[in-house]
Amino acid sequence: MLRLTRRTNPSRSLEILAPLVAVALTLVVAAILFVALGKNPADAFAAMFWRPVQDLYGWSELGVKVAPLILCAVGLAIGFRASVWNIGAEGQIVVGAIAASWVALATGEGGFGLPGWLLPLLAGALGGMVWGAIPALLRTKANANEILVSLMLVYVGGFLLQYVVRGPMRDPMSFGFPQSPMFPDPARLPILLDTTRLHLGFALALLAALVAWLFVARSYQGFVFRLSGEAPAAAAYAGFSRAKVIWGSFLISGGLAGLAGAAEVLGPIGQLQPAVSPGYGFAAIIVAFLGRLHPIGIIAAALLMGLFYLGGEIAQMELQLPIAITGVFQGLLLFFLLGADTFVRWRLVLGGTR
Amino acid sequence: MPPLLELVGITKRYPGIVANQDVSLAVQPGEIQALLGENGAGKSTLMKIVYGLARPDEGEIRWQGELVVENSPVLARKRGIGMVFQHFTLFETLTVAENIALGLEPGNAGSDLEGRIRELSRHYGLAVAPQAPVWSLSVGERQRVEIVRCLLQSPRLLIMDEPTSVLTPQEADGLFATLRRLAAEGCAVLYISHKLEEIQALCHAATVLRAGKVVARCDPTRETARSLAALMIGKAPPEIEHRPAESDGPVVLSVADLSLPSVDPHGTALKRVSFSLRAGEILGVAGVAGNGQRELLRALSGEDARAPAGAITLAGQPAGNLDPKRRRALGLAFVPEERLGRGAAPKLSLTLNALLTGKRQSLTRAGLIRQGAVERRATEIVRRFDVRTPGIQAEAGSLSGGNLQKFIVGRELYDGPKLLIAAHPTWGVDVGAATLIREEMLALRDRGGSVLLFSEELDELFLLSDRIAVMFHGMLSPPAPVRQLTPESVGLLMGGAGFEGGVGLAQAH
Ligand SMILES: Nc1ncnc2c1ncn2[C@@H]1O[C@H](COP(=O)(O)OP(=O)(O)OP(=O)(O)O)[C@@H](O)[C@H]1O
Ligand SMILES: [Mg+2]
Repeated sequence: MLRLTRRTNPSRSLEILAPLVAVALTLVVAAILFVALGKNPADAFAAMFWRPVQDLYGWSELGVKVAPLILCAVGLAIGFRASVWNIGAEGQIVVGAIAASWVALATGEGGFGLPGWLLPLLAGALGGMVWGAIPALLRTKANANEILVSLMLVYVGGFLLQYVVRGPMRDPMSFGFPQSPMFPDPARLPILLDTTRLHLGFALALLAALVAWLFVARSYQGFVFRLSGEAPAAAAYAGFSRAKVIWGSFLISGGLAGLAGAAEVLGPIGQLQPAVSPGYGFAAIIVAFLGRLHPIGIIAAALLMGLFYLGGEIAQMELQLPIAITGVFQGLLLFFLLGADTFVRWRLVLGGTR
Repeated sequence: MPPLLELVGITKRYPGIVANQDVSLAVQPGEIQALLGENGAGKSTLMKIVYGLARPDEGEIRWQGELVVENSPVLARKRGIGMVFQHFTLFETLTVAENIALGLEPGNAGSDLEGRIRELSRHYGLAVAPQAPVWSLSVGERQRVEIVRCLLQSPRLLIMDEPTSVLTPQEADGLFATLRRLAAEGCAVLYISHKLEEIQALCHAATVLRAGKVVARCDPTRETARSLAALMIGKAPPEIEHRPAESDGPVVLSVADLSLPSVDPHGTALKRVSFSLRAGEILGVAGVAGNGQRELLRALSGEDARAPAGAITLAGQPAGNLDPKRRRALGLAFVPEERLGRGAAPKLSLTLNALLTGKRQSLTRAGLIRQGAVERRATEIVRRFDVRTPGIQAEAGSLSGGNLQKFIVGRELYDGPKLLIAAHPTWGVDVGAATLIREEMLALRDRGGSVLLFSEELDELFLLSDRIAVMFHGMLSPPAPVRQLTPESVGLLMGGAGFEGGVGLAQAH
């Protein structure tokens, strides 16, 4: 008989090994999947994960995918470390995108000597914060479960987007397509590399990771957040308010998710459309845990997840596989990561109890 | 006949420290054997090895002469080893019988569990009510439940790790009677405690550990408490002389007519608590656990800030509604009842735990932690209070119980507080360290600081306090100078005599 028994001392190296094992198992199962679909796994892997990053343009496209993932994941990780569970980054992305679009269309030609994209970008962050503030408010005032509230708000945000692209923000010249007018040029994010789509959002993402690292590893507030998550009674004893940590977590993660949504519409998309994010907000949860809630780990995990997105698009074009392959990869990865993490904390013991 | 349990050459290493080194000992059936040693000597580690919670790096365990190849708590229980931990493992929301059933092996619970519980508790004089929900029990009753759970498996060896640190003297006497009866029936007992008088009264043999190694074996009935202490720490600790003082300094803390319903539905409400504490004075608070000490401590520390501002005055400021940080800024330091999880965060390093209640201005700059300053603080606490640890980067949870207690007390005394509120500051601390902590509290008083000392040990209260008050059912008797009191008169108050007509009538002598 097999049993799980708790490890007395989960080791740090196992904790770092777990994501690597999860990635390896994901690839093994993916290979089996390809065989079952009648594809040569070596060809498929090459097409999905190798050819996309053969040239600078490929890397720049990876950067485009990675930017929103990093922005969302570093914010979420700060909350997760404090045991504040924001599952609704996808909704905060969407509301951030709406807010940014609205401001871009209203003020996008710039003015006051400011670049045209600055106000829309800030509006996006603010929009995400507002959407994140709702679960924070309900958690601190009414003790409502923040997991459920933030998740439900994803759907509310999604419907809000459907409404505005069909109603108030629809382009009158769009022949009935549900989309906003294209933003004026000054409102578009600057491009970092000529002839690519790599935009300012990527630099902001790296900056966010750096600041998050500083926050977690060096700052007093970072210590307070961690303490509040790991030892709530000790935090109360020291006099740190749990409500402040909940608010802080939601405002930081909501703001960064809103920024990610703004950067998507102001960068590669260029207008508000009924779909602004292919699930970056949810994928960022996986990225955060795969990266062990650490900013450096998150950058590495985001690169992998970005490759899944990029590879999924290529698999659709070159291998005639459905784009859902990206979701399958994400699901496998999450499954194996949770499994591997179980073995970090528990040990499998052979032999019965009697 | 081979011994019941024999340990041969047990060595256990943790990063940076050897917790047990080449430890051998043997326990005979029917023997009550003490395991002695200062904090961090490796007593708990050795017992966890016997119970299968930790794996030795070297050495053998023999059970009735046979080598133990595989060990785990489940296997140990099957062999007949029971362990009562220092920290309880019961579920509050379940009844006694349900808790006991959960701890038994499936299939072993049997049909008439309640009947068996009743019979056992009658046989050993351990009063437990199978139907009572655990939340309604006092610590002493909870411990009886833990013991009954062990006894139901008819153990041949019972391990008790500091069982009496949470018991009142009467409860401890009850426990000793049970243990003697068990021993008379052939059950062996391994007993850990820092209370040397207990060991002399109870144990047939003692093994003394120092820094993980066996340094002596003796017959405790032929030793004195002082000679046992000398075996443990190398020399007998200096005696503390009782030196009560009468202070006419300014009032540092005053509580006026504080009534507060309990946050916890099973707690005790505070009823019209009033007292004041002067600079240069130690005020002791006696009382059986569960009479509102917990609630009063929280109201004083600021963890419960529902009191009206004026009900608590701290350093001249109304403070009843201030949070703990603001109270600390007024000169308050606080040693809470629970060291792990409340007084310290188990997964964080000692360095970060030193930051926990430190003055923010001196330990941070521009929102960032000043690593050097915090490390100096942690190093200094560890040095001054002789905390045994591989280093200040060690997780607080890896320290032995007594060493963590020393660290917390040291941290709270570090900034030279105006007022120290301490709940059982010497819980689980060895004799040498207890002396150190008591001397530090006296030194704080002699420098003009104040101490509010909550303790269940009357000896400690009489040794340190200048005045003593008693808590009963959420009320506090008027403090009386210690020279007007005897342990008997305080004991009567602890039992509620004099409280019937309300606090006003309670006389402390
Ligand atoms: N899980 C662990 N990881 C690292 N070190 C540990 C661990 N458990 C115990 N130690 C170390 O082993 C040593 C012995 O600890 P142990 O808890 O056995 O002491 P003890 O004799 O029970 O002390 P006390 O009287 O304070 O309870 C201590 O120095 C402690 O820091
Ligand atoms: Mg111990």
